[in-house]
Amino acid sequence: MNAEGKIYGINGPILSVIDCDSFRMAEMVLVGEENLIGEVIGISTEKTTVQVFEETAGLRPGELVKGTGTSISVTLGPGIIGNIFDGIQRPLKDIQKLSGYYISRGIAVSSLNNDKKWDAHMTVKIGDQVSGGTIIAEVPETSVIIHKVMVPPSVKGTVTSVKPDGQYTVNDIIVQITDEAGNTVDLTMVQKWPIRIPRPTARRCPVEKPLITGQRILDTLFPIAKGGTAAIPGGFGTGKTMSQHQLAKWCDADIIVYVGCGERGNEMTQVLEDFSKLIDPKSGKPLLDRTMLIANTSNMPVAAREASIYTGVTIAEYYRDMGYHVALMADSTSRWAEALRELSGRLEEMPAEEGFPAYLASRLSSFYERAGYVETLNKKEGSVTIIGAVSPQGGDFSEPVTQNTKRFVRCFWTLDRALAYARHFPAIQWMTSYSEYLTDLEPWFEANVSPEFVRYRNEIMKILHEESNLMEIVKLIGSDVLPDDQKLILEISRVIRLGFVQQNAYHPLDTYVPLNKQLKMMEVIYYLYEKSLLLVNMGMPVSLLREDDIFERVIAIKYNIGNDELDKLEDFKKEIDAFYNRLYDKNA
Amino acid sequence: MPIEYFGLKQISGPLIVLEGVENASYEEVVEIKIDENTKKVGRIIEIHGDKAIIQVFQGTEDMSLTNTSIKLTGKPMEIGLSEDLLGRTLNGIGKPIDGLGNIYSEKKVSINGKPLNPVAREYPRNFIQTGISAIDGLVTLIRGQKLPIFSGNGLPHDQLAAQIIRQATLGSDSNEKFAVVFAAMGIKNDVADFFRKTFEESGVSSHVVMLLNLASDPVVERIITPRAALTIAEYLAYEKGMNILVILSDITTYCEALREISSSKGEIPSRKGYPGYLYSDLASMYERAGIVQGGKGSVTQIPILTMPNDDITHPIPDLTGYITEGQIVLEKRLHQQNVYPPVNVLPSLSRLMKDGVGEGFTREDHQALANQLFSSYAHVGEVRDLASVIGEEELSDVDKLYIMFGKAFENQFIKQTKFENRDIEHTLELGWKILGILPREELDRIDTVFLDKYYTSNKE
Repeated sequence: MNAEGKIYGINGPILSVIDCDSFRMAEMVLVGEENLIGEVIGISTEKTTVQVFEETAGLRPGELVKGTGTSISVTLGPGIIGNIFDGIQRPLKDIQKLSGYYISRGIAVSSLNNDKKWDAHMTVKIGDQVSGGTIIAEVPETSVIIHKVMVPPSVKGTVTSVKPDGQYTVNDIIVQITDEAGNTVDLTMVQKWPIRIPRPTARRCPVEKPLITGQRILDTLFPIAKGGTAAIPGGFGTGKTMSQHQLAKWCDADIIVYVGCGERGNEMTQVLEDFSKLIDPKSGKPLLDRTMLIANTSNMPVAAREASIYTGVTIAEYYRDMGYHVALMADSTSRWAEALRELSGRLEEMPAEEGFPAYLASRLSSFYERAGYVETLNKKEGSVTIIGAVSPQGGDFSEPVTQNTKRFVRCFWTLDRALAYARHFPAIQWMTSYSEYLTDLEPWFEANVSPEFVRYRNEIMKILHEESNLMEIVKLIGSDVLPDDQKLILEISRVIRLGFVQQNAYHPLDTYVPLNKQLKMMEVIYYLYEKSLLLVNMGMPVSLLREDDIFERVIAIKYNIGNDELDKLEDFKKEIDAFYNRLYDKNA
Repeated sequence: MPIEYFGLKQISGPLIVLEGVENASYEEVVEIKIDENTKKVGRIIEIHGDKAIIQVFQGTEDMSLTNTSIKLTGKPMEIGLSEDLLGRTLNGIGKPIDGLGNIYSEKKVSINGKPLNPVAREYPRNFIQTGISAIDGLVTLIRGQKLPIFSGNGLPHDQLAAQIIRQATLGSDSNEKFAVVFAAMGIKNDVADFFRKTFEESGVSSHVVMLLNLASDPVVERIITPRAALTIAEYLAYEKGMNILVILSDITTYCEALREISSSKGEIPSRKGYPGYLYSDLASMYERAGIVQGGKGSVTQIPILTMPNDDITHPIPDLTGYITEGQIVLEKRLHQQNVYPPVNVLPSLSRLMKDGVGEGFTREDHQALANQLFSSYAHVGEVRDLASVIGEEELSDVDKLYIMFGKAFENQFIKQTKFENRDIEHTLELGWKILGILPREELDRIDTVFLDKYYTSNKE
């Protein structure tokens, strides 16, 4: 018998419920005649506090609140990839069929399609010992993802019956096992898991492989590891969402979980449209075949916004458990933090910094800690990488959400307003951004790309650093008075900024650049620097060097040389030699 | 027969507390009678058992704990909808005040609206030509977009909005139905008159619905005004297939009303005393712009917002910028230099521009040209800073050209008259003309193909 109480008070999405003391913390409840979905968030002997994931207008005191006996959970099984859900995993397309353009409340739709028959290939036989994580069946979920149906983490036993390979719905019993106590357990293709509890793994592994994004400034200057965490803070209009979209499109994860948390409706529409059209360069299939979306737009109920990132990360962990590398994009975690603040305010909790609740930091840390490179229960390697956008109030990075996020992530890609105003994208500021994975990933880059990769990276960084110091002087007295070797630093930095760091997401060649071309580009730019430095050291002024169009041609490499035409880049070195000889012969 | 409750428990600012209520529902509308003759309307905003907190729309003047009676209506705040609304003037909660009698309504709908399902939206791509170079060229307005004007006191944001209404509606020669919904929240009487006159002079008044909550009108009504306006806009757009332009003015006054109510409720404030739910509240208005799949109509929003103390990091412009699809920022410096419209293009942005310009929409070179203008003009700022330290004479030759470019950009490209309607070709040509001041090597954002085709050096 589940608990049942009555509504006493209503304040926005928060209800107080009386006449019942047997609710459980985090239990899912159904509220009122329309069965709105809610969650228990506080219990005392007098009243239970419930947050409601849907609009509460029209509720009356005295209406029933029914417990369900289970925590707010996600339903995990085939049919998740390629789909778009709201914050509590209700498929938005099914909601549209039932209620049209608008999202009405109290709509009962199941998370997964219960009627669709999936091709299942069984991977266990009678008598097999199975435990949590054992793969019992394989189901082609999309053109690129094989869904591996697993034994739920807490179950253990011996297989007593197995259905033959064939077509089954998600709720058909495909395997039966007898557990140690002798009970028969029916296994289907689905399992449920509470969103606020991390799924178990065998052990965590160190991170040592990069998540390759095809974005030059990220891959070379501030790389992120598979299983790592990154934050992208930036004021409005600096390109957070664009950066997230670029990562979701091009990063080399197997599966993308994209959580639109409190953001614009049109952006989610755009992701849906773009991703079903765009072709993944690695698989040759639509990007949507490896992507699932969670959309809780800013005008959807605030409590579901709070839940949406947990829903996302739980789904990401589930696919990780199959041995996939999953990347989770959360746009934006600030909206999630604000949802926490809004709910906390309604609960009349004592606020800490800027009205945010005191538990903001611990919630953020427990979310980001769900990222990781792990050995799964079934002895495979999988990872969850979390990349969270942060929208600091007033673009001020000292505010609590940015500061607390910074403590728990290891990559910090700061977006800069001045760069965005000059339409330099991605507007990632190279002086304030950092990646703590550099040393972890160094061996991988050296073994898999080139032993020179890290050296060039450091040289490029050094030049940019020197430029930034010189700019302090230039701001005061102009660049004309600088000595020529310093003028050369400014000139090469310009080449690096325009030709390497800046990347055009709308250019077919430039939107994604493989690592070996990134390396070659750095090599060419650095070669140009070395040769120019020789000329400058001979006493030639930089203005003379600039008369040659070689600088502009190096900048244009990104547009003019295809991602597979690396030999042409080698030719560029010869052209730089020619440039050197030209100037040498004329002036030396 | 609804029960009538006599007497109150408490009155505090715009809020009253009623005890012993039965069957009240959250957000329900109540009718209030004072001394058996004055009628007011209120809304339940919090319930604790048999105690209800009610927000009174027309203010709590004259109310006492004993002279008031309250009747529950059993319904949330609703507005009657019909095409007859066009050409009418309503008050802040949607009642006609133009003396033309009642409006027969086809149906009644809750003003709160429901969130639009993201999968039912259509991504906006259609360019609206406003005839204003700064907007068309650099911050393109797209049908179904929400693009606010961030302004300051004393800046001509109203004139700019009026020019957009005049030129965007009348410039279109297609047969599509256009209408304007104008929601005034606490604006001055003069401003309301200015807009009314604009509508009359440009002959669109029969296609305008005006909702007026003036500065002297009750503060609490302001919370309702934009929602009523958007409910009308959604109806005309999605059910009647019209393209609707919604002007909301002034968002700052709206937020202040929200803060006032929040503080009388005793809520915990977040930044600058605004309630913690300000973001969600603003989003519930702004997100009501868009286009739905298969529908003919669209809702385009231009909210006007005066930045307190011209501070773009103030919570109101800040949160707005995070929700809307860009912003048009007006600047005092340009205004003082007699540049109209005084649009500071650098912080201005249209997020939907990238998909609504270029080949097939405006012209192939549009985006590249815009990027170059942004980039070069950003550099002008740096050069001007330097010039203020070392003097213009000491600048390098290229930097001197940038100073010239900056002046031309502000005085020829941005500046135009209030009745000048430039078509997009004209705007783009003008852009190329002033780029001609700069040497070709400086133009690093434009593909060489376009440079060959459009660039001509213009060294005067």
